[in-house]
Amino acid sequence: MRSRLPLTLLTGLAFGGLTAVPATAERLIASVSNHRVTVTSSYSGEELVLFGAIERDPDTPSRRGSYDIVVTVTGPRTDMVTRRKARKFGIWVNAESRQFLNVPTYLAISSNRAIDAIASPDVRRFQQLGIDNILLTQRVGTDYADVVASDPFRSAFVRLRSERGLYRETPSGVTFLTPTLFRTGIALPAEVPTGTYDVDIKLFADGAVVGRAETAFEIVKIGFEQFVATAAHQHGLAYGLATAMMALMTGWLASVVFRRD
Amino acid sequence: MPSAVRPGRRQFTEANAVQLYLPIADIPINVFLILAMGAAVGFVSGMFGIGGGFLLTPLLIFMGITPAVAVASVSTHIAASSFSGALSYWRKRAIDPALALVLLGGSLVGTALGVWLFTVLRAHGQLDLVISLSYVVLLSGVGAAMCYEAVRAIVRARRGGNPTLRRPGSHNWIHGLPLKMRFKRSKIYLSVIPVNVIGLLIGFIGAVMGVGGSFILIPTMIYLLRVPTTTVIGTAMALTLVTMLIATVLHAITNHQVDAVLALVLMIGGVAGAQFGARAGQRIRGEHLRLLLGLLILAVGIRFAVDLGIQPADLYTLRITGDGA
Repeated sequence: MRSRLPLTLLTGLAFGGLTAVPATAERLIASVSNHRVTVTSSYSGEELVLFGAIERDPDTPSRRGSYDIVVTVTGPRTDMVTRRKARKFGIWVNAESRQFLNVPTYLAISSNRAIDAIASPDVRRFQQLGIDNILLTQRVGTDYADVVASDPFRSAFVRLRSERGLYRETPSGVTFLTPTLFRTGIALPAEVPTGTYDVDIKLFADGAVVGRAETAFEIVKIGFEQFVATAAHQHGLAYGLATAMMALMTGWLASVVFRRD
Repeated sequence: MPSAVRPGRRQFTEANAVQLYLPIADIPINVFLILAMGAAVGFVSGMFGIGGGFLLTPLLIFMGITPAVAVASVSTHIAASSFSGALSYWRKRAIDPALALVLLGGSLVGTALGVWLFTVLRAHGQLDLVISLSYVVLLSGVGAAMCYEAVRAIVRARRGGNPTLRRPGSHNWIHGLPLKMRFKRSKIYLSVIPVNVIGLLIGFIGAVMGVGGSFILIPTMIYLLRVPTTTVIGTAMALTLVTMLIATVLHAITNHQVDAVLALVLMIGGVAGAQFGARAGQRIRGEHLRLLLGLLILAVGIRFAVDLGIQPADLYTLRITGDGA
């Protein structure tokens, strides 16, 4: 079963991952409700909650506007291929393809309002805010580069991941409970990949980054599923033989149970 | 500090008691749906005496399981169902061990070649296309031939003719080949060359398409090799059993795509369904049964052809190629 240890707000704030930022700036503290999500046979997705607080010193300069928060959750990275079908000899076949190198398998970006309103285009690109600005390295011929967000392969890639709930951008995902206390949900769909997830929280004031915090959580398969998946990938021969034996056992049992002669 | 706000967790779907997480396919799936599918295909396979892989693999693919996992896991399922069948044929002495062994020699090479091609195609992103094309060509061809043959048999039976399967003149060019060998239980004297070649083809097709190949093997053995009907089904089943076991192990070693949980659920549904199918099959006349099977095979082939011909709803596909999830 999934471990049921929802951290209270208090412990979350006390033990959460925190990062130091320049002395005079705001201090950002954040924690997720569960640092270890376990995937079992009954796993059908869940939502983690991230709480954060903005701490101000007496020295902290006063801000004209209110604070903005952008939370970026990045799943384990891997290589992927996007293929485009084209009509050849009357049938649809995979023709062109583009390889994406070391890209996140999961990506969720939440902010308290539209990212366009939070920062200028230059800041957005530099800070990789939003799916359009996240670096997705492609192999283009012999080159390695990210391309513009409107590139057909890049947008198809993002769309296919989004359709499965694995890439998502929520411009109203962060809620301010008080002017310095916020929360956001991290939706983890059923087919979420296992591995380490990095959570990067950026605090903006007047369109500039004034604070940053990082934390992480882990998604692990446990129990029988984990055992099977590990066995299949690491001990192929033993796994294959065991599966073959299982087939023979089932077949033999069936012939005994349903024997009619 | 607003202590009333507590970290919450929320389930995305309500009825998840029947959801089973498939460790290799990496998706949760309704366990009753898979059981029902296994049972339905088992019913059909029991009725016609075939493995049913050519129905089960496409069904799994249409359900969203990747072709690679579907093909590899169905191999395991077919191994189980053909083992239970082979055991009962063995008790009835309806398996020709010598014939099965010679077929197996070719089949081993064919299976290894098939798994190799499978791996190469997967790396080049053309596996799905080749699986689809093979289904179109093979199923349409075999299905059409079976329908034609069955309709002729029905017409002949209506006219009151002799509804025998055997064509006049029981020898053809195959019986002139060298390296002859006596297969005692089948009471035939035959060259090992065509037997080996047929074994190779069946092994190859089985590994690439995730089918046992009985629906090709049985007609080939009857029409080309003149194997008597008393031993043909049992021997075909014994061969299917061994090739599918080997395909399972090879797929597990090379592609890591065998989902044991999926295979087990399919097996349980399949072996139960097969029992009812076998009883239903005994009540239908042979040529009508063959016509039904022919139509079924043809329908699956046409379905694949249509899918290839019409523009897909989404031109783009995405596949993870690196390590990790």
